Amino acid sequence: MWTEFGSTTPPSSDTRWRIVGATMRRHGYRPNALIETLHTVQETFGYLDEEALRFVAGALRVPLSQVYGVATFYHFFNLKPQGRHTCVICTGTACYIKGVPAILSAIEEEYGIKPGETTSDGNISLVSARCLGSCGLAPAAVMDGEVVGKLTPLEAIKRMRRWTK
Amino acid sequence: MTPEDLNNTITAEREKQESFKHHICVCIAAGCLSSNSGQVKTALEEEIKRQGREHECHVKGVGCMGLCAAGPLVSVEETGTLYQEVKPEDAPEIVSSLGGKPVERIKGPAESPFFTRQTKIALENCGKIDPNRIEDYLLAGGYQALTKVLTEMTPAQILEEVYQSGLRGRGGAGYPTGLKWSTVAKAPGSPKYVICNADEGDPGAFMDRSVLESDPHRILEGMAIAAYAVGASHGYVYVRAEYPLAIERLQNAIKQARRLRFLGNDICGTTFSFNVDLRLGAGAFVCGEETALIASVEGRRGSPRPRPPYPAERGLWGCPTLINNVETLANIAPIALRGGAWYASIGTEKSKGTKVFALAGRVRNTGLIEVPIGMTLREIVFDIGGGVPDGKRLKAVQTGGPSGGCIPEQFLDMPVDYESLNKLGSIMGSGGMIVMDETSCMVDVAKYFMEFCMTESCGKCVPCRVGTAQMYDLLCKISEGRATMDDLKMLEDLCDLVKNTSLCGLGQSAPNPVLSTLRYFREEYMEHISSKTCPAGVCTIKVPREVSA
Repeated sequence: MWTEFGSTTPPSSDTRWRIVGATMRRHGYRPNALIETLHTVQETFGYLDEEALRFVAGALRVPLSQVYGVATFYHFFNLKPQGRHTCVICTGTACYIKGVPAILSAIEEEYGIKPGETTSDGNISLVSARCLGSCGLAPAAVMDGEVVGKLTPLEAIKRMRRWTK
Repeated sequence: MTPEDLNNTITAEREKQESFKHHICVCIAAGCLSSNSGQVKTALEEEIKRQGREHECHVKGVGCMGLCAAGPLVSVEETGTLYQEVKPEDAPEIVSSLGGKPVERIKGPAESPFFTRQTKIALENCGKIDPNRIEDYLLAGGYQALTKVLTEMTPAQILEEVYQSGLRGRGGAGYPTGLKWSTVAKAPGSPKYVICNADEGDPGAFMDRSVLESDPHRILEGMAIAAYAVGASHGYVYVRAEYPLAIERLQNAIKQARRLRFLGNDICGTTFSFNVDLRLGAGAFVCGEETALIASVEGRRGSPRPRPPYPAERGLWGCPTLINNVETLANIAPIALRGGAWYASIGTEKSKGTKVFALAGRVRNTGLIEVPIGMTLREIVFDIGGGVPDGKRLKAVQTGGPSGGCIPEQFLDMPVDYESLNKLGSIMGSGGMIVMDETSCMVDVAKYFMEFCMTESCGKCVPCRVGTAQMYDLLCKISEGRATMDDLKMLEDLCDLVKNTSLCGLGQSAPNPVLSTLRYFREEYMEHISSKTCPAGVCTIKVPREVSA
């Protein structure tokens, strides 16, 4: 498999590539649209795989090494598929001093996963965020897109158990 | 849009709003939204319909009112009544009370020092206007500053006003804004760019998020004025991808501003043109540093480069670039409208104006506040913040995030300004203010921030990449009770080395939390080392067990 420079033909017939194509077109296929394009790929497919990185590199005429460099540099991009459910725990200062370590160890005890890991059945991903900016509600978490504030270890486990039934 | 068109739009909006007798404002910023303010708003709207008062009652979503801890917040505009922790079930009572007595049961502390002690400039529209409607912003006096600057002032005049105001960069370093602007204005070369730094990475800080979510047009107006002053025609807002709501509202605001010709070509009927694009960050703390931010906007890895040349001379794509923080830009419109001298009358001698702080941690009233620079920490924490809850004692106040330090109780009466905080070994920073009580262990806090700097180091320069990892290891050793006095000496040496030899601000300031805790809480470090105990009971001591014979 190689990277074809200048090719804007998507790697598969998956219609979701049209969304990615639209982002690149809007930026005139300029190399500086790399981060924006990777955002769109992740939004559309959930993560960035090799096929996607090669396609983006070719279409934007950016060396694959640079695309890989950018994709691994920024914490926001995932190179592996995520679980069906995502629990983002805020580890900002306010949340930290209000008891996030206890929440994380409770989750680890229950599901055996640390931040950045996914359960072996691919059901739940645990992610830690630097700061959600919801410090007024510390400790805070985002459970499948819904922000939950003033969390306790018990409450966190209770909410996550709903995903396993 | 010409001044006449602007007046017509404002008049139409005023007539529309005055046709309602009662205005209920529901906070729809991220804090309150996550405690269900969206449902509260829907419930209120349905209740108004049910009682048949659509012609006289109007519900509007507004930005952050500040007291995030007591959300969802609802206020009644004409009486100033504030309701806290409102549930959808409370809607019937609230609607029935309009025009009569307020509902005492859920009444909030609208008269408390939390609200009365603040001076709002950057946040003056937050919690009052609907962030999704440009008309509401116009009615509140929005874009008048831009119109005035474009039609009545030369770039030199507005530069002079900003210089006179004494405004300093609110992102943390406190560089005089007027000086930065005139450097870019004087720099040869074109095109020039204006970038709004909304990559708010400090953990425990949410000022920029709140401003972007509550009053996005204020930032666009500030950017347009800056662009006119320095001669730029294109701008970028670099915003964290972790703030989806802020991104959505900004995109919407840009569209509206383009439609009414406050952005785009021939703004306000003049020949001035300015366009704004959004660029999303992707979770790298180092991108808050100017040169790393520029690399990221260009679509590359966010690695900083040595300065000079400063971005003011060679920035985005090698062109002169002005980079200002969100809060700095939020102060521009009022300065343009009311004059630099007015702004300079607030604050202390060297630090003018107001500063927004995100008050969080072990304090009763967590939330967003804006106070004149120079107010003491005691006033901020105890009068506005309501003190430490649960009868606990205040131990330290952390300012400046991972680049700042911990200020102990004995300095609570110091005025909060750039110079005083520097003297104490901390920095003003972007405005995160975390209150800690006796349940926090200072070694653990230092370890927390070092872990942050270690993972966020971009890896370009050795002192930062290796030094932060070594310091983190030493702090782990200390917190687990495995360290010796030699380790402490090594930690102090490393602090000095990393501080003085790192390439960018991240590494240069990474030792600050360690240095400030060592300065004021040395005995806590000593207890971990010599008596192998954690006074606060936070750290897990792992003393090697003695091998029994």
